[in-house]
Amino acid sequence: MLRLEKRPSPSAFWQKASPFLAVILTMIAGGIMFWILGKNPVEAIRTIFWDPLFNAQFASYSRPQLLVKAAPLILIAIGLSLGFRAGVWNIGAEGQYIMGAIFGAAAGLAVYPVESRLIFPAMLMAGALGGWLWAMIPAVLKTVFRTNEILVSLLLVYVAQNILAMMALGALRNPDGGGFPGSRNLSQIPAMANPEMVAGTGMHWGVVAAFMAVIAGHVLLQRHLLGFQIKLAGQAPRAARFAGVSPARLVIFCLGVSGLLAGLAGVFEVTGPAGQISIDFASGYGFTAIIVAFLGRLNPVGILFAGLLMALTYIGGELAQFMLSLPSAAIQAFQGMLLFFLLATDILTNYRIRLSQREAA
Amino acid sequence: MTELLRVEGLTKAYPGVVANSDVSFAISEGEVHALLGENGAGKSTLVKMIYGLVRPDSGSMTLRGQPYQPAKPAEARRAGVAMVFQHFSLFEALNVAENVALGMENPPPMRELASRIRAVSEEYGLPLDPARMVGDLSAGERQRVEIIRCLLQDPKLLIMDEPTSVLTPQEVDILFKTLRQISGEGTAILYISHKLEEIRALCDEATILRRGKVVATCIPREQTAREMAELMVGTVLTPPARSGRAKGAVALEVQGLSVASPIPFGTALKEVSFAVRKGEVLGIAGVAGNGQDELLLALSGELKSAPGAVRIDGAEMGNKGPNDRRRAGLVAAPEKRLGHAAAPDMSLVENALLSGVVRRGLAHRGFIDWAAAEAFAREIVQTFDVRTPGVHVAARALSGGNLQKFVVGRELSQSPSVIVINQPTWGVDAAAAAAIRQAILDRAAAGAAVVVISQDLDELLEIADDFAALNGGRLSPTRPVEGLTVDEIGLMMGGTHGMEVAHHGH
Amino acid sequence: MFGSIDPALLLAALMVNSVPIMLAATGELVTEKAGVLNLGVEGMMIMGAMCGFATAVVTGSPLLGFLGGALGALALSLVFGVLTQLLLTNQVATGLALTLFGLGLSSLIGQGYVGIKPPATGKLDLGPLAEIPFLGRALFAHDWMVYVSILLVAGVWWMLTHSRAGLILRAVGESHEAAHALGYKVTRIRFLAILFGGAMAGLGGAYISLVRVPQWTDGITAGAGWIALAIVVFASWRPWRVLAGAYLFGGVTVLQLNLQAAGSAIPVQYLSMAPYLITILVLVIMSSGRGKAALNAPACLGQNFHASR
Repeated sequence: MLRLEKRPSPSAFWQKASPFLAVILTMIAGGIMFWILGKNPVEAIRTIFWDPLFNAQFASYSRPQLLVKAAPLILIAIGLSLGFRAGVWNIGAEGQYIMGAIFGAAAGLAVYPVESRLIFPAMLMAGALGGWLWAMIPAVLKTVFRTNEILVSLLLVYVAQNILAMMALGALRNPDGGGFPGSRNLSQIPAMANPEMVAGTGMHWGVVAAFMAVIAGHVLLQRHLLGFQIKLAGQAPRAARFAGVSPARLVIFCLGVSGLLAGLAGVFEVTGPAGQISIDFASGYGFTAIIVAFLGRLNPVGILFAGLLMALTYIGGELAQFMLSLPSAAIQAFQGMLLFFLLATDILTNYRIRLSQREAA
Repeated sequence: MTELLRVEGLTKAYPGVVANSDVSFAISEGEVHALLGENGAGKSTLVKMIYGLVRPDSGSMTLRGQPYQPAKPAEARRAGVAMVFQHFSLFEALNVAENVALGMENPPPMRELASRIRAVSEEYGLPLDPARMVGDLSAGERQRVEIIRCLLQDPKLLIMDEPTSVLTPQEVDILFKTLRQISGEGTAILYISHKLEEIRALCDEATILRRGKVVATCIPREQTAREMAELMVGTVLTPPARSGRAKGAVALEVQGLSVASPIPFGTALKEVSFAVRKGEVLGIAGVAGNGQDELLLALSGELKSAPGAVRIDGAEMGNKGPNDRRRAGLVAAPEKRLGHAAAPDMSLVENALLSGVVRRGLAHRGFIDWAAAEAFAREIVQTFDVRTPGVHVAARALSGGNLQKFVVGRELSQSPSVIVINQPTWGVDAAAAAAIRQAILDRAAAGAAVVVISQDLDELLEIADDFAALNGGRLSPTRPVEGLTVDEIGLMMGGTHGMEVAHHGH
Repeated sequence: MFGSIDPALLLAALMVNSVPIMLAATGELVTEKAGVLNLGVEGMMIMGAMCGFATAVVTGSPLLGFLGGALGALALSLVFGVLTQLLLTNQVATGLALTLFGLGLSSLIGQGYVGIKPPATGKLDLGPLAEIPFLGRALFAHDWMVYVSILLVAGVWWMLTHSRAGLILRAVGESHEAAHALGYKVTRIRFLAILFGGAMAGLGGAYISLVRVPQWTDGITAGAGWIALAIVVFASWRPWRVLAGAYLFGGVTVLQLNLQAAGSAIPVQYLSMAPYLITILVLVIMSSGRGKAALNAPACLGQNFHASR
């Protein structure tokens, strides 16, 4: 009989090693899933994890995509990780991401066709504001009425999706688009575009912002008192109050930062890779970022790598869809599985697993 | 008398600790048998084995000559063994009858059970209303629920784990009367305690445990408390030294403090007023759940009140948070070490930072000076003799006594002018407790105003200059410790909680 | 603009629309009463919708379909149970993982089922009752699952308030330490509660794909699982209030659908976001009222238990 035994101190080794173990286990379990679907598991895993980077035929297209897809995931996940550490569960980043894109696009389109170098920064600020405002709804409800932020932030995703549809069909619809839904293509308007900075790298302003967020997050958590308070509040809420941390302020801060970053990710996306506000603009980055945050063990540097890995599964998934006709949903299931294994292997950090006779309990 | 339970060679080891090693003793029918030992001596593990919650590694038990190996508490209950727990066995959001039913093997329908609860509670002088929510009961009443739950099953052996720690002296008298009645009817009682006078008053025989081993068996009435204490602790303890102190100006003044409790089923504070001078120790007694936790929160700043309700050195502080009060010179140590005073999974360095950051200047413009935090942690560990492999281990890895030394040490090392401590030595072994008390007295001698909230009367009488008691969220007037009698103290603590209500209410 | 809406049909539609969230919320209520917060209701519902649909199509039997739906979601809740109860993972994170995984897996399995019609679930013949004017059409002309779901609410109510099993379940949710000290198997009881919650969510999901829609599309549950979670809070953990809450939200949904169909002047998107907004509003009202409702929440909700000594 296996028995769990709590370690006196968390294991530093497993804290680092458990995500790797989880990835390996997911590859095995995913391979079995692909095999059940009638695909060659080795080939499927290779197509997802190897070919996008190293196959001469695809790498030139796929490699830049890695940064393009990773940037929003990292940006959002950094914000979410702060909240998750503090026990503030914002799971509506998808909604904040949508609202950021809408606010940003609206700010730019409002002055169309004025050309000015100030427009793009103004759009970024509007987008950040949009995401922040959307996140403030659960934050304020939580602090004033103690309403569960998990449910409110999530339900607001559905509301945001409806607003998105409304915008694509109404207020932001391209007047010159012949009645088709969707806004003007922002990536083709110089004052509003977020272009690739160096051709063939996928580098755009959002990637820069993501890297900056990683550094800022790292400094905050390692060196700053606020980061310490965030960790403290998540691990021992009463001790946090004893240390003078105001739970309400922490809720506002964590939801605010994650909303702001998700909103920024939305503007970068709508002005760059996506190009326009359309009904299917929302692609689930806000949800996948939850997995990224956990895969990175809520650690900014870890999130950087986790974001890249998760981006890889997206690109590899598309490739596998194209090459092996693996359904796109398989990748979603695969990502969910990864989160399961991550959570499961986490136990090795705090517990030892021992073989022993049954305890009467 | 015929033998009821014999325990032979029981051994139980946990990783890193041998909780019980080759423990043997026997109890006869109708006997009140004491299990004596200080915290960590292995009393709890031993009774958990008898009650079927823990399985021994080796050794055997016989109950009325039959082999007895309960695999779970239900089997123990069926064999006639019942237990009254010190903590953790009642459900606050359920009513008395439901709580009783949960502890029985085959409870009768609720209505019948309620009338049986009433009958038994009358018979043993333990009034109790079966329909009341347990969360609304006082600590003493909760204990009655547990006792009645046991009595309804006609136990042959009743295990009582530290039953008097939640009672006023008057309530202790009533409990002892009940216990004598129960033992007179032939039920054996295994009575766990570290309070020597109680054991001398109640028990027929005592088994003394030290570090998991039986060190002596004696008849308590034939021993002095001092002899038993030395058997229990293993060394001769010197009481803390008190020097006559000059009292200074009032450092902490509480005036008409009334706050609602943030704790579910907690006790609101009602018009609490007192003042403590520099160099003075005020002891606040009271049975658990009479507002102690709330008082600590209201003083530490975790719970805010009217501005003028709390004054530190004359400045209004009632509406200020913990860090403002720390700046003003007040430090606090809550009762609950893990999760309140310290974060279990964080290192000692991080825990030193937790409350030390303000007065020790461990951060500059919000950026943490980790080197200074580590130095502070090392200082605490050294000064207060905290036994730990290092300052980077998690707080949860420390034993209760060592963590308490760390927490109290952390607060006392901040050159405070006001100190508030709740249960400074709860669950701490005698040597560590003595060290903590001495450290508190030293701080007072250095001019700090000290408030010690404790349920341990002996402790308060030992270190306090003035004495007050909390009862239902109200604080009695403050009186000098000198010349106080136990009876007076008992009345200040509220006499017998809930008895009047139960007698006249229905 | 209300003129074209028949009140009897509206009431009938309300009863049908509220079944999925009623079932899922009742299951979650039992899970939460045992002290476990399973946020994976949405994932379990959609797995139930998928497995139920597939089973019904393959076997041609709606009854087996519901059974298959319950089993599919139960399997997913088993994963949740193993993770949270045995491996002591964070319940919030695990619940989210369950939802993300469930959405992916259901869409994966569902690939071959798009555009198929499931076998019809039979109406329960209530004889003369169905002949009653107005009430007959509104209340007594439904498929049998409508009545089964109400019976299940009643059963859960009785179990929680009148049976020993219910008392033990509540005790475990109230204080796992105390329950453990009395010798109750905390982990086992919670595991069973999780499985029950899973099966109920599965039934609710199957009802969506077999009766309410009835077909299979990706993301068919559209947040019903989250609304079910909100209803448990709304009901302050009382079974009959779950029924009331489900009818309230069923009513809102039916009303907005009818308004859409009636060509109301309000933009469609406003109408479709209404149920979510109203859910938030109700959550706010429920959580702002201090006192009794909050006390009814299980004290150990969301906390893991590990018997160390």
